[in-house]
Amino acid sequence: MNATLQSVRKWAVQTARLCCGVPDYDVYVKHLREHHPERKVPSYKEFFRERQEARYKGTGGRCC
Amino acid sequence: MQAAVIPKPSPASKILWAAIAIVGAFCLGVVALRRGEPINAIWLVAASIAIFVIGYRFYGKFVEHSVLKLDPTRAPPSVLRNDGLDYVPTDKWVVFGHHFAAIAGAGPLVGPVLAAQMGYLPGTIWILFGVVFAGAVQDFMILGLSLRRDARSLGHMLREELGPVPGIVAMIGVLVLMMIVLAVLALVVVKALTHSPWGTFTVAATIPIAFLMGGYMRWFRPGRILEVSLIGLVLLLASIWAGKFVADSATLAPLFDFDAKALAWWLIAYGSCASVLPVWLLLAPRDYLSTFLKIGTIALLALAIFLAAPTLQLPAVTKFIDGTGPVFAGNLFPFLFITIACGAVSGWHSIIASGTTPKLLANEGQARMVGYGGMLMEAFVAIMALVAAASLHPGVYFAMNSPGAIVGTTVQEAATTISQWGFVVTPDELLQTAKDIGESSILGRAGGAPTLAVGMAQLLHNIIPGEGMVAFWYHYAILFEALFILTTVDAGTRVGRFMIQEIAGLIHKPLQETESWTGNLLATAVCVALWGYFLYQGAVDPLGGINTLWPLFGIANQMLAAIALMLATVVVVKLKRERYVWVPGLPALWLIVCTLTAGYEKLVGPISFTAAANKYSAAMQQGQLLAPAKSAAEMQRIVTNNYVDMVMTGLFMALVVAMVLFCLRALVKAWQTNHPTAHEEPYVALSSVVG
Repeated sequence: MNATLQSVRKWAVQTARLCCGVPDYDVYVKHLREHHPERKVPSYKEFFRERQEARYKGTGGRCC
Repeated sequence: MQAAVIPKPSPASKILWAAIAIVGAFCLGVVALRRGEPINAIWLVAASIAIFVIGYRFYGKFVEHSVLKLDPTRAPPSVLRNDGLDYVPTDKWVVFGHHFAAIAGAGPLVGPVLAAQMGYLPGTIWILFGVVFAGAVQDFMILGLSLRRDARSLGHMLREELGPVPGIVAMIGVLVLMMIVLAVLALVVVKALTHSPWGTFTVAATIPIAFLMGGYMRWFRPGRILEVSLIGLVLLLASIWAGKFVADSATLAPLFDFDAKALAWWLIAYGSCASVLPVWLLLAPRDYLSTFLKIGTIALLALAIFLAAPTLQLPAVTKFIDGTGPVFAGNLFPFLFITIACGAVSGWHSIIASGTTPKLLANEGQARMVGYGGMLMEAFVAIMALVAAASLHPGVYFAMNSPGAIVGTTVQEAATTISQWGFVVTPDELLQTAKDIGESSILGRAGGAPTLAVGMAQLLHNIIPGEGMVAFWYHYAILFEALFILTTVDAGTRVGRFMIQEIAGLIHKPLQETESWTGNLLATAVCVALWGYFLYQGAVDPLGGINTLWPLFGIANQMLAAIALMLATVVVVKLKRERYVWVPGLPALWLIVCTLTAGYEKLVGPISFTAAANKYSAAMQQGQLLAPAKSAAEMQRIVTNNYVDMVMTGLFMALVVAMVLFCLRALVKAWQTNHPTAHEEPYVALSSVVG
């Protein structure tokens, strides 16, 4: 039961963040570790700021 | 390479679908055929859900398997180009939530409310059938095409499949559409806030609230979106509560009491400043708030409709289908199909379906749920907006949405005129409604948002009664729409700036430099001037603005949808699946016919911009002044504005015709070739990439 609740929570948080243009941080860190071990892993703060800027770079992500 | 074979349905599933079909047909029968007595909204809602479910299960599946031939064994862009940031294979429900949040906007809430002047039936039928056969097909097919092309954008696909010139033509069309969208949405805010100190105060309060949230997220708790949004929500609700005291105060109220022109200037000033501020300070925090508030409010509206189960007070069909309606001019065909754009079919979605969503889908097999299903959800929002408007007292509905030039500017005049139309209403009822929602007047509040707010406030009041709660809910709904629209204005100005720089770069390369301040400021100024012009024009318009600008917006939005569907048609033929050419082809044709007819009627004839311009210039020559103009200069401005609208309409029609010719050329060429010529990326098996 607890596990279900936790996965629902994780899903809700992930959806809510993605709706605001912030992808999953853990997934990104995992991706970096696996594929680009030479790169520095950004802190969540750095990651968040970069994504925040990127969201409004003019790719037209919303509707009327 | 073969698409998965459709499994044979089990007997139980056959019975289930037969039952859904029967229930849906029965509900739709009640909605469409019962006359003389008001029906309950639940019939309409149930009929819609049944049609959506059937459309999703059968037509959506048909498009998936036969037309797009989506293949779950094929590796999608998110897997092939996984970078952990933009391209990430993501859980399908997360992608669905993201996609819906990106496509759902103010559009589906406004169009159906305006279209309710013809009764609830025409709008309902267009939303239900439009979405199943046009809107959802467009979103789904563009998503499917983009999935096969490295998640490329609509513009990129147009250039690739049709050639560079059609690509540029479409890009200009998108830019102009965006300017009209921003102007018309900003006008909705202006209409809602005119002489409303309560509303203006709460909307103004969102700026310091956003600053506070931005600072909190920047320095104190970086990246805590949900936490900061909750704080913001509490502050917003407090500002609604405080707004009442501002409105009641003799000293504070005048500070927030503006007419339409002043509000238009404030919005233009706001747009110019906001779009050059750093995003973390104002845009991002407000974007988070409005995203969550939007989803929450849609859920609240659904809950209210299900619990309150309102009776539809508006007739199924009013006499205004003959084109004499006060809210927008023009006959049912083509103007109903122009007025309800978002909700039935929205060209704008093709930009999102070829934007972030295809970069996130983990499997082609999930595209139907996200693309087709997401659009069905949006249509459901449109149906709910229609229900909220149709459950209002029709007299109140027409008083709010008719221009002063038609119904008069006092409650007595308005009540008399509207009662003569057959919607009996007394001046006291109009005054009482205004008093209930805490405003001085409800007259001339066209634009959908205020009507929806009154409808929603009354529905919620039925469930949660309480002294003064109608006024609270009304201002909550206004705030929600205004918050959302201001975010769109801000973000849209930025996007418009990039597009202008891209187009300017074709002429003079250095202007393309998005990091240069000269290029930035210049493009921002051009962008704000473009939408600002139309906004101001709406604010001084004799028919209140929405009446004039909404058709222009509808034509532009349907034009983009037609372009997206034409692209899909060309690709279907290029893939040598000619027998399915009608799937995107017929809706494309329908939209071309609607936009061109509507455009023609706006250029020539009694409801055209030309006629309005002639009327005012004829009066000017005789030295007369026509309301609302108070001087010869204002008369001249109205004439000029109508000329500009004529030019815009002509431009849209020329764009449509040009794109039709480009597509026909590509179609004929692809038809004559005896092998597939579409630019799909090569097949890579999902199993070969993932574990």
